[in-house]
Amino acid sequence: MNQFAFDVAHFLAGTIVLVSLMLLYQDRLSALLNVFAFQAVVLALSVSWQAWVQGAPHLFVTAAIALIVKAIIIPVALHRMIRRLGIHREVETALNTGTTMLAGLALVALSIVVVLRVTGDASMLAREDLAFALSVVLLGLLMMVTRRNAVSQVVGFMSLENGLILAATGAKGMPLVVEISVAFSVLVAFIVIGIFLFRIRERFDTVDLQALDDVRESAR
Amino acid sequence: MSAVAEWILSNNVALILAIPFVMAILLLLIARYRLSAGLNATSAFVTLLAALTLFVRKPAPGPYLLVDDLNIVFIVLNTFVGFTTSVFSASYIGHELETGRLTTTQLRFYHAMYQILLFAMNLALLANNIGLMWVAIELATLTTVLMVGIYQTHAALEAAWKYFILGSVGIALALFGTILIYMAARPVVGEGPGGMIWTVLIQHAAAFDPALLNLAFVFLLLGYGTKVGLAPLHAWLPDAHAEGPTPISAVLSGLLLNVALHAVLRFKLLLAANPGAIAPGPLMAVMGLVSLIFAGFMLYRRRDIKRMFAYSSIEHMGIIAFAFGMGGPLANFAGLLHMTMHSLTKSAIFFAVGHIAQVKGTQRLADLRGLTVTHPLLGWGLVAGVLAIAGMPPFGIFMSEFLVVSSTFARQPWLAIPLIAGLLVAFGALLLRLQGVAFGEPKGGSEPVKASYLPLAAHLTLVLIAGIYLPPPLVAWFQHVARLLH
Repeated sequence: MNQFAFDVAHFLAGTIVLVSLMLLYQDRLSALLNVFAFQAVVLALSVSWQAWVQGAPHLFVTAAIALIVKAIIIPVALHRMIRRLGIHREVETALNTGTTMLAGLALVALSIVVVLRVTGDASMLAREDLAFALSVVLLGLLMMVTRRNAVSQVVGFMSLENGLILAATGAKGMPLVVEISVAFSVLVAFIVIGIFLFRIRERFDTVDLQALDDVRESAR
Repeated sequence: MSAVAEWILSNNVALILAIPFVMAILLLLIARYRLSAGLNATSAFVTLLAALTLFVRKPAPGPYLLVDDLNIVFIVLNTFVGFTTSVFSASYIGHELETGRLTTTQLRFYHAMYQILLFAMNLALLANNIGLMWVAIELATLTTVLMVGIYQTHAALEAAWKYFILGSVGIALALFGTILIYMAARPVVGEGPGGMIWTVLIQHAAAFDPALLNLAFVFLLLGYGTKVGLAPLHAWLPDAHAEGPTPISAVLSGLLLNVALHAVLRFKLLLAANPGAIAPGPLMAVMGLVSLIFAGFMLYRRRDIKRMFAYSSIEHMGIIAFAFGMGGPLANFAGLLHMTMHSLTKSAIFFAVGHIAQVKGTQRLADLRGLTVTHPLLGWGLVAGVLAIAGMPPFGIFMSEFLVVSSTFARQPWLAIPLIAGLLVAFGALLLRLQGVAFGEPKGGSEPVKASYLPLAAHLTLVLIAGIYLPPPLVAWFQHVARLLH
């Protein structure tokens, strides 16, 4: 792989990590969804680039799924939903922004240290791609933990999944990547349909998970 | 005739997968619930028969599917409990329909999902490709999420949501581990499909980069461990068991946890084949012990009967993970036996609990009193089941727990102390609760219940027989598998 291909792949993967950090401090739901859609676009570019340089045309399918499902359909659907629920203005965070960002930076550092140490003899691109991917996974987890709102937890899960797709496409020649990305899209679609169908708004008056916990406490 | 038998034998693996899959589509089209409940049970029975033919002939491993001595045990157990639960389910849902908790449309969906779940679990057990195994476990998770939420009450939706989010995070972590395994394999096996085929991986595992394997196993243990229900990743399990239909609780406890455990065991074998990798056993043993002790204490504070038995499942999965983590022929044998006994006993308990909750109209332990007086058969069935699960002789669980404890004494005597403490704590909690539920002042409805006692009796009889006399061929088989597991 030549230097230019390496630099582009590196740049795109690094951008995804950066966008993951941006997701952490978005305090309005609609802004959060826009940033997430942007991450999905960058992911689609990154996967297309891998498909091109690895000569693996089937990865274009994964890129197309990322672009159509995660950059367009799901953000649009979630935008419409939060507007209907009237919760598009605010996000509550369990931790404050500064602490969350510090924790996020620590996780990025952790994943770089862990991955670079264990992958001594793999190729440079594979190592750094993996380090970036692990950062995105951990940042997604952090977001799911720190947010109390169902919609932003779903966004956290989807960005975690972006990290997995990044790792899978970075592992050269990995089989079943397309199938796995399809399976993941089904999973995400289920989550979104689930919020719609179960009409959490009607039943709980809020999609705040704290309210769900309260329901359970009183039922017990 | 022999041509037919030959055809069945040579296609047995395809049949195990095809029957539930085709039946799922068919059941979606059938509106009459009696017919579909019957077909559901018939299909599960035929799948069981197909699974039994695996003993006669094992097909050679292919790139996607694999039958070896390890997963035959899981598949036969899976299809057997799948069948008995479908029989229980037929009598259970009749009552749900009468009381209006479920509509006929929902039942169509329920039966289709039941078959899809059996399909997904069989696929996860048969998969030779670790990517396919992951997809199958994801499918099983999705179908159970839908079934847990089927009543659409506040609590059911909340349980389904919690299960969904935690389960999704678990399988996402497992996928990351799967990708890492591929990356570890690639320099040795080469690019392409070989790097995900388990039989290829295990042959070359000794040459893999140990550091990458270690990292992969951590993610796989956390990911699939969430689905096994090991503490501290167990939070979804009690809610999912308590709020869904009881046949699903039985299948969750009895089968789905085993399927996830089977995945963990496969990866444990990969690590064991690599001399440079960390020993995976201690990690599993510690998580198992923590689950056992934590769940043991949590049992005391339960107010909901299904929630209580869900914690008991965490406890027993902890014992099983501990036994496999200890390793060695005796502990592995004990782990396998305990897994089998737990699946049979726990699903039997849920069969009894399902009818009890229906006739009393509540799952609250405080409102369930004196069952042996109002419903002698159900009450005594529950007593037998709880005595068995608590580890009283002469039931099979006593023997498997005894083997776990004695193998611990032989290998790590100090670990026997927390193990025995955990077992005693859980034992006390279960007997304390059982006393009120079975022998207290009778309370609540006492009208007769239209129950089918056959699945309950069959499971308890098997557990009793296993406690008194284990047939030598079964012992030889388990010993053989235990040696395979290292």
